[in-house]
Amino acid sequence: MVIERIDEQLPGAILDRHAFRGDQTIVVDRAALLGVVDFIYREGFQQLMDVTAVDGGQRDPRFDVVYHFLNLTSQERLRLKVRVADQESVPSLTGRFKSADWAEREVADLFGIPFDGHPDPRRLIMWEDYPGHPLRKDYPLDGGDAFCSQDIGASYAPDARSLNG
Amino acid sequence: MAELNVETPRTSDADRMIVNMGPSHPVTHGTLHIVLELEGEVIVKATPQIGYLHRGVEKLGENLTYQQFIPLTDRLNYCSSLMNNVGYTLAVEKLLGIQDPPRSRVLRVLCSELARIGDHLVCIGINAVDIGAFTAFLYLFKERETIYDLFEMMAGQRLHSSFTRIGGLFRDIPPEFVPLCEQFLESCPRAVDEMERLLTHNPIWADRTKGVGAIAPENAINWGYTGPCLRAAGVAQDLRVAQPYLDYETYDFDVPVGTTGDVYDRYLVRTEEMRQSLRIVRQCLDKLKEIGPGPVIVDDYKIALPPKEKVYTRMESLIHHFKLIMHGIDMPVGEVYSATEAANGELGFYLVSDGTKAPYRIHVRPPCFPIFSSFDEQVKGRLIADAVSILGAMNIIAGELDR
Repeated sequence: MVIERIDEQLPGAILDRHAFRGDQTIVVDRAALLGVVDFIYREGFQQLMDVTAVDGGQRDPRFDVVYHFLNLTSQERLRLKVRVADQESVPSLTGRFKSADWAEREVADLFGIPFDGHPDPRRLIMWEDYPGHPLRKDYPLDGGDAFCSQDIGASYAPDARSLNG
Repeated sequence: MAELNVETPRTSDADRMIVNMGPSHPVTHGTLHIVLELEGEVIVKATPQIGYLHRGVEKLGENLTYQQFIPLTDRLNYCSSLMNNVGYTLAVEKLLGIQDPPRSRVLRVLCSELARIGDHLVCIGINAVDIGAFTAFLYLFKERETIYDLFEMMAGQRLHSSFTRIGGLFRDIPPEFVPLCEQFLESCPRAVDEMERLLTHNPIWADRTKGVGAIAPENAINWGYTGPCLRAAGVAQDLRVAQPYLDYETYDFDVPVGTTGDVYDRYLVRTEEMRQSLRIVRQCLDKLKEIGPGPVIVDDYKIALPPKEKVYTRMESLIHHFKLIMHGIDMPVGEVYSATEAANGELGFYLVSDGTKAPYRIHVRPPCFPIFSSFDEQVKGRLIADAVSILGAMNIIAGELDR
């Protein structure tokens, strides 16, 4: 199993691991992310299927950045997680995987997690001056009228705007 | 007269022209916007702007129960909504650790393959129309009508089917479904042949598609390509074979593979996949006959609603109904990623459950998102006309791209 080999090659990189319904998950130290990704790439996990994040709310550190890798030869899947606090950045995987480009931009846009070394860190889905990051747990489901930049219209609009940052 | 103060657009090169393709343009396949930087007819840079169809599906999902999310999956890839229903319910069932009854599994394969044919018909038909070959589209859309008639019989809806439920299906197929499906199995291969006669050896079609959008297999893998676009590049990756779900290993079908990954190969792969899907549909009908009538949803009232007549007549069923509607399914705590082979590639659902009735986090991995992210690299140095044909062959569905 690739997880044991990571542990052998890069001791201390894996902070935690668990398996649920056949899905293997490892939690990796943020500083060791690029090393681990390089290693699993050489082990055959050459397709980065998806990058997303989970907002833990009050938990510390707040966010999980979640990567899904696929090994096309052995058809194994591996879920890799990096825990980050608010405003803390994650190293970008764009140097290794082109598919990380938009996926990381989406996470940066919707969660407000910065990616270090991303070549094009613009927002992807929302527009540039959109207030806040909608997939954060403290972002209201009903954010008022996002097009109102003045204090007209809905009274709950300022709440959405105060989340900007 | 007041002096005119016109700001000139700041471009790196004065000879370059900026052309906006979309957000509302006949070939953009949904509302998407591409800013093309041109030197004459040649594209120097293409910047896709997405998000026009962003509805916050993932945010909405966090505030709905697992069952209530099913109609939202219809609106991801609206060309093959049944396949999204199947993919999502399989993800929830993986989280629950349950399996749906055998008859439901066959019906799910049946409707997925019909949806795959429908999706490929649209993709090829529209791709041809964009390039200027209008006729093939008409032959194909006649068959697509039949597919939608079949969906209407199954789910009561043509486009937004919402056919699956957690643990099975909404209902069984009606008796008139099988004859129409048999008729479709007769007529669809003829339409595919007709389309092939119009396109495959058509010199104009070949000129517009051969060598356009070619991609090396390593590059396609690195970009996160899946589905027909990856197989056209020569990688025989099909989740139905590689990581079988819904007993796909018991069906007999082949996985077509291309060589160059260009638009022509993608067209050939999709065409052959339709024929293979028809083979699977044939086997499904045989299997249904073999299995005979039976339940299409699990017999566990903590997961699936009890039948209406029981709800109206029995106290216990009424309580189950109430509990399921008001408090949802009792979910285990955990996270799963479940992927299915949708018409356009790997459709993945990542679910995080904290044990409450609504998912803590729900993430959709749409197949066309990574494929479309390579658009700039695919069209750089090519003509605008090639951008149109590449965009069509990528089969972008804005509903699942933006979510």
